[in-house]
Amino acid sequence: MEISLTINGKEVKADIKANTLLSTFIREHLNLTGTHIGCDTSQCGACAIHLNGDAVKSCAVLAAQADGAVITTIEGIANGDELHPMQQAFHENHGLQCGYCTPGMVMSSIKLVENNPNISEEEIRKGLEGNICRCTGYHNIVKSIKQAATVMGG
Amino acid sequence: MPDGGSTGIGASVKRKEDYRFLVGEGNYTDDINRPNQTYTYMLRSSSAHAKFSLDTTKASTAKGVVKIFVGTDMEVGSIPCGWQVDSKDGTPMREPAHPPIAKDKVRYVGEIIAVVIAETLEDAKNASELIDVKYDDIPVIIDMQDALDNSKGLVHDEIESNVCYDWEIGDSEAVDKAISEAAHITTLDIRNNRLIPNAMETRSAIGDYEHSTGQYTLYTTSQNPHVIRLLMGAFVLGLPEHKLRVIAPDVGGGFGSKIFHYAEESIVTWASNKIRRPVKWTSDRSEAFISDAHGRDHVTSVKLALDKDGKFLALKVDTLANMGAYLSTFASSVPTYLYATLLAGTYTTPAIHCNVKSIFTNTVPVDAYRGAGRPEATYLIERIVDKAAREMGISQVEIRRKNFIPVDAFPYQTPVALQYDSGNYNATLDAALKKADYEGFASRKAESAKRGMLRGIGFSTYLEACGIAPSAVVGSLGARAGLFECAEVRVHPTGSVTVFTGSHSHGQGHETTFAQLVSEKLGISTDMVEISHGDTNNIPFGMGTYGSRSLAVGGEAIVKAMDKVIAKAKKIAAHIMEASADDIELNNGNFEIAGTDKSMSLADISLAAYVPHNYPHEELEPGLDEKAFYDPLNFTYPGGCHICEVEINPNTGEVKVEGMTAVDDVGKVINPMIVEGQIHGGLAQGIGQALLENAAYDSNGQLLSGSYMDYTMPRADNFVDFKVGNEVTLCTHNSLGVKGCGEVGAIGSPPAVINAVVDALSELGVDDISMPATSEKVWNAINQAKNNK
Repeated sequence: MEISLTINGKEVKADIKANTLLSTFIREHLNLTGTHIGCDTSQCGACAIHLNGDAVKSCAVLAAQADGAVITTIEGIANGDELHPMQQAFHENHGLQCGYCTPGMVMSSIKLVENNPNISEEEIRKGLEGNICRCTGYHNIVKSIKQAATVMGG
Repeated sequence: MPDGGSTGIGASVKRKEDYRFLVGEGNYTDDINRPNQTYTYMLRSSSAHAKFSLDTTKASTAKGVVKIFVGTDMEVGSIPCGWQVDSKDGTPMREPAHPPIAKDKVRYVGEIIAVVIAETLEDAKNASELIDVKYDDIPVIIDMQDALDNSKGLVHDEIESNVCYDWEIGDSEAVDKAISEAAHITTLDIRNNRLIPNAMETRSAIGDYEHSTGQYTLYTTSQNPHVIRLLMGAFVLGLPEHKLRVIAPDVGGGFGSKIFHYAEESIVTWASNKIRRPVKWTSDRSEAFISDAHGRDHVTSVKLALDKDGKFLALKVDTLANMGAYLSTFASSVPTYLYATLLAGTYTTPAIHCNVKSIFTNTVPVDAYRGAGRPEATYLIERIVDKAAREMGISQVEIRRKNFIPVDAFPYQTPVALQYDSGNYNATLDAALKKADYEGFASRKAESAKRGMLRGIGFSTYLEACGIAPSAVVGSLGARAGLFECAEVRVHPTGSVTVFTGSHSHGQGHETTFAQLVSEKLGISTDMVEISHGDTNNIPFGMGTYGSRSLAVGGEAIVKAMDKVIAKAKKIAAHIMEASADDIELNNGNFEIAGTDKSMSLADISLAAYVPHNYPHEELEPGLDEKAFYDPLNFTYPGGCHICEVEINPNTGEVKVEGMTAVDDVGKVINPMIVEGQIHGGLAQGIGQALLENAAYDSNGQLLSGSYMDYTMPRADNFVDFKVGNEVTLCTHNSLGVKGCGEVGAIGSPPAVINAVVDALSELGVDDISMPATSEKVWNAINQAKNNK
């Protein structure tokens, strides 16, 4: 089937099989490999993207369902060479180690803060329920999000 | 992203590697695709123990199928174990054959029985469903006690027992004598729960054979590509090093699980020759649960003898260690040389004996996972010390201070082979007590009690041995490899530097920390330094990253190579400036003639080395590019104090971590930010083991906790803000004074957490609880204790 959508500001048309997951479409068809696959039960959040303004796990959506959608992936978050405040905060606070969960963490965290500009530490920890990190113990991820929240206008 | 300011040793330089990860341009194995690539799906056994046969006729002609291989198609060497451990009677360990694809018998759920290669992954998966497998089930051995009884069955009938080896260390007679004479004996039975490493990137491998040159390339998720080249090339496939290139690009966490040579690596490499096309395999998470090596899984009984004042006299330990169905790469060394040699801990216990039987069961192979043997040792020591203190009415702090190895006793020879070089255990304990506000605990406990909650505090004053390892020592103990490291430091013509290191970063931040070593030593900014790792064609040699060895061994190799660079640069500078090399001093990146204002920068010298017009050709070769191997003189010995504070809801059994303090001595700190990050991650895995994680098998050998729906991965709201600090005693046998920080968090913390849980429940009469201390387990313990009263 044919779908068309906007991804990172670009119009994309593609002929896909109806059972193609959005995460597979993004990684295998569009070669946007920043979106990662960390599980097969929609638990880990490494594949989180923005779909029509919401953070969603792209492994839990069919590409067909994204027909007509506006999508942003980790590759489309920075403004040219200028990192998004969330990316910058992760860098400054050592919020990443192996980097594998990072794209999903950043994408989820941006929406956490946008939806709750004065977010508390407890709300951040609860809000990360759907994103698993094995490296950082979340300590510096929480710090990063706190800092980004102040920069993003909380 | 250059960050201003100093970039030398001791600076929290922001990581050079972050940018590519933050913008989604990391390059992990599954991100790589080769032209004309095929995809493979590994069909795995659904039975834990069976003779089997399979019919691939229908599957072979399914849509998109390129080829299906079964065990008898792949006549290659056995997947090797890297460490021979001999039993106490002198017989070598039992080492069953381990074919990459099972031939006619399977021994755990997850073992590969067929390899389906197709044009797409979907085609391969669909075809695999058409393979007709017939299992003729054999009784399953899951429990290690059952495994000791031959009448219950054998995991490998060609070796007459399920015991891999029966090994011991220490003076049994001295221990028994001390126990018979002691004023007090404390005993404890412990299970160190089985864990699944769960690096967020699942394993992946691409084999790519180039017929025209006979070259094989393997892209793989590995912590040590050279080790994979050696194990796979020399032992399994019979490929010489010059025809085999192994690339481990960005790797998304390892924690030990990506050290080992796995069947899939051999399969894709071998198959890419057979079908003359690249073959790609990427593990699903469900597949990872039943194919990545698991960790821990010890059953231990321990006895501590004390004099009337609480001084430790002897420690006696008996352990059953689960190996799973086959011996993974380092499996045999983990419950022996990485475990029992640690049983002195931070204490002066004069007599120690440990017996270890390692056991085959019908489960996934067990091998090193963050800490590897040392968490198991630390757990039993710190638990029995805690229990002894309670029984004897001595405070948790006092009993530890009473038994610490004193500062003036270093170097300290333990009764279990190791010689510690340095440490100050009172210093880390004092700092941790302060940081954790130990003085305020009583009032916090009272406040919790007002709300009907139980509060407890627990300690762990641990030690570990890392920076593995002196090759001659480990060789004498059965290691089949050296454990040195290699580095090459290449100063380019215009003065920038590339370091080629055999260490492999999979989250540790080597690109930054190693660049800081260069910045410090050669006086250039880290922006002028690139760290290259992970490709056997670029890196001269390497033993890789595990056992907290990257800085203490890999970093030291870089220092040695830089020493050679500096020595040569001084000679070049001396020639050009017409001075004696002995008079040249290196200050802040300038090679100066002592006592004059004449100097040359590193860039001036390197340009002269590569454009050698005015050059001492009789004495020196052109170029400025030096290589060094470094073999450590001893293990390194980080230690410290972890204090955990928990609050337990007696109505639900829920344990909430209220405070986690870690003051560690990891030796000289190069980048405090990165060290703290390593400790945070280790603490999370340690708390995870203590409260949440457990790999559970049913009696049929089915893994019950086989997905993130069932295996409790720690989430952000399981933790509080960690309080982390450090105290420094320098390692005395490497020039940097570094010890290693990668595993201390996971080694030290589990007993601190459980000791805190037991402390909270002690008023009810509970004196032990097994890991993980889940709400259900705690709730049951509370209710049982109430019923007993």
